[in-house]
Amino acid sequence: MNINTTKIISLLFFIFSVFYLYTAYQIQVFAFDENAPFNAKTFPIYLGYAGLFFSGLKLILPDPGTIKVEHKNLEYKKTAILIIIAIIYGATILKIGYFLTTSFFLFGSYYFLGERRWILMFLLSFPFVAAFMYLLHGVLEIYLRDPFLKLIGVMG
Amino acid sequence: MIEGILIGLSTALTLQNIFMVMIGCFFGTIIGMLPGLGPMTAIALMIPITYGFDPATGLILMAGVYYGAVFGGSTSSILLNAPGVPGTVATSFDGYPMAQQGKAGKALAIAAWSSFAGGTFSAIYLLFLAPSLSKVSLSFRSPDYFALMILGLTAIAAFSSKGQFLKAMMMVVLGLMLASVGQDSLSDITRFTFDNMNLTDGISFVLVVMATFAMSEALTIILKRNDPTAAAKQVSLTELGSIKIEKEDRKKMYKTIPRSSVIGFLIGVLPGAGATIASFLAYGMERNLVNDDEKQKFGKGSVNGLSAPETANNAACSGSFVPMLTLGIPGSGTTAVMLGALLGFGVQPGPRLYMTNPEIFWSIIMSMYIGMVILLILNLPLIPYIARILAVPKNYLIPLILFFSITGIYVMSFNNFDIYLMIGIAVVATFLRLYDFPMPPLILAFVLGGLMEENLRRSLLLSNGSWEFLWDRTLTLCILLTTAFIVIWHMYKTFKKN
Repeated sequence: MNINTTKIISLLFFIFSVFYLYTAYQIQVFAFDENAPFNAKTFPIYLGYAGLFFSGLKLILPDPGTIKVEHKNLEYKKTAILIIIAIIYGATILKIGYFLTTSFFLFGSYYFLGERRWILMFLLSFPFVAAFMYLLHGVLEIYLRDPFLKLIGVMG
Repeated sequence: MIEGILIGLSTALTLQNIFMVMIGCFFGTIIGMLPGLGPMTAIALMIPITYGFDPATGLILMAGVYYGAVFGGSTSSILLNAPGVPGTVATSFDGYPMAQQGKAGKALAIAAWSSFAGGTFSAIYLLFLAPSLSKVSLSFRSPDYFALMILGLTAIAAFSSKGQFLKAMMMVVLGLMLASVGQDSLSDITRFTFDNMNLTDGISFVLVVMATFAMSEALTIILKRNDPTAAAKQVSLTELGSIKIEKEDRKKMYKTIPRSSVIGFLIGVLPGAGATIASFLAYGMERNLVNDDEKQKFGKGSVNGLSAPETANNAACSGSFVPMLTLGIPGSGTTAVMLGALLGFGVQPGPRLYMTNPEIFWSIIMSMYIGMVILLILNLPLIPYIARILAVPKNYLIPLILFFSITGIYVMSFNNFDIYLMIGIAVVATFLRLYDFPMPPLILAFVLGGLMEENLRRSLLLSNGSWEFLWDRTLTLCILLTTAFIVIWHMYKTFKKN
């Protein structure tokens, strides 16, 4: 059997299905529901077996049209930086507030993707976020929590 | 029906809703023109904004985005030979050669008029078919619904997998597994939450759509070093030429449009099929129907060859609304996103939508037509300028897509956990995309997961745990036999290929 990444993904999915199925069997249902034709764990159990079936088939069947990805041509560094920036954004948004974190997130992302036109970068971060906030908060009345703007008295 | 049409018109023709259609068409055209970013991404990015409106307005906005994105895809097919969406690949066969002959303006006009006519015809079909089908579908019972959902999921896996049926079925199962997280709808027992309170209510639909489409599209673009805006920079405003369609060409279109609209609409109604198959079928059918002289022109700038797929893909878009509006079962990934949004509004699509929320039902149908008119009068003259907007560098485009995705989740939950979960799902989806695991089946399965479990529960309880419900009713049996045929056919094709 030829081992390629698609097979490895299928194997991971198979293992995931085993774990899912095990967890499905562990779901605690009410005593009176235990022998009912359908309870909270019936559907997940079927899903677990379906996962095993399809990933198992993918594993054992030959895969001549396998996808070959040239890892050398992939931009892992910038992608990883973007993901890290997004995680930092997610971690700080509630504490610092929407306006500052979003503006810095945009500014930082432009920078790490190689942009160096500072004025445009600024315009498409701080004023852009302010305008977007006005649209959401002011026009569409979608509440945006922002401790920073509340602190400086811009937002109520 | 007349009363319904009037209700729909009065809702769709309010100043706010016309403005929404315009915004939707414009925004959809921009996103649709970017290769790789299709209607699903465009609609996903719009969902958080639509929650600021009432359901009818929100859906009208999304319908506008949908049509705009399909039209935008055609534009990039013609001007750049880079189809923005799979449904417009066939458009490039004759649209791009026409543009290379210096007739880009004419090609765009043919595409716009064909789309408009296709949309008009299919809106008429929808107008008559949807209410009748709603009445028929009232006789559907839980086993039929369960079977229909199985058919929908199998069909979308079969048609969207590019020969990788098993991969698509794995994505279906993954989507259903994600949908099973959280409280069981009947017993309130929590499942797969691992004592995490944030998962008690399940995983948000918007989160999954944003992660698997908007965010993972953006990450894929960076990872693969693609630049969806690069081709747009080559478009020159002076090279488009006249948008006038000559009488001789109009005559050709008069024959092509009606037949392509029928095939497009019917294919669109089928679960899982949609605009891509409709456009290819219409192109193939047209090639067989024209005379030998015209046949020679196919692939070299044929008017029929351009008009047929354009008519069909727009007609298919309207057709795909039929199962969603009448049965509550979306037939495509895009309508699955819209169904999810409807559920978010607290509106349950299905046969009763026609009776309980006629203003939503009819205003969607009416707004489709208004969307077509707006696309024609607004987008056609603006296309060259929209193409220039697309020259925005990807260094700005990607962070903005990420920003809209994260903001979408933030305004819905004010929760860090959801943002982390979205990033996690997006990373996995990006990796899966690299190896051609399709995402539309996952979304459709995620949306249908709850409904599917509910209908299976009812069916099994009514039959005392016996699986006889699968063949007790002729309708259920017919649907399941169709599903079995699709599965066997695709397995056979896979084995034959191997």
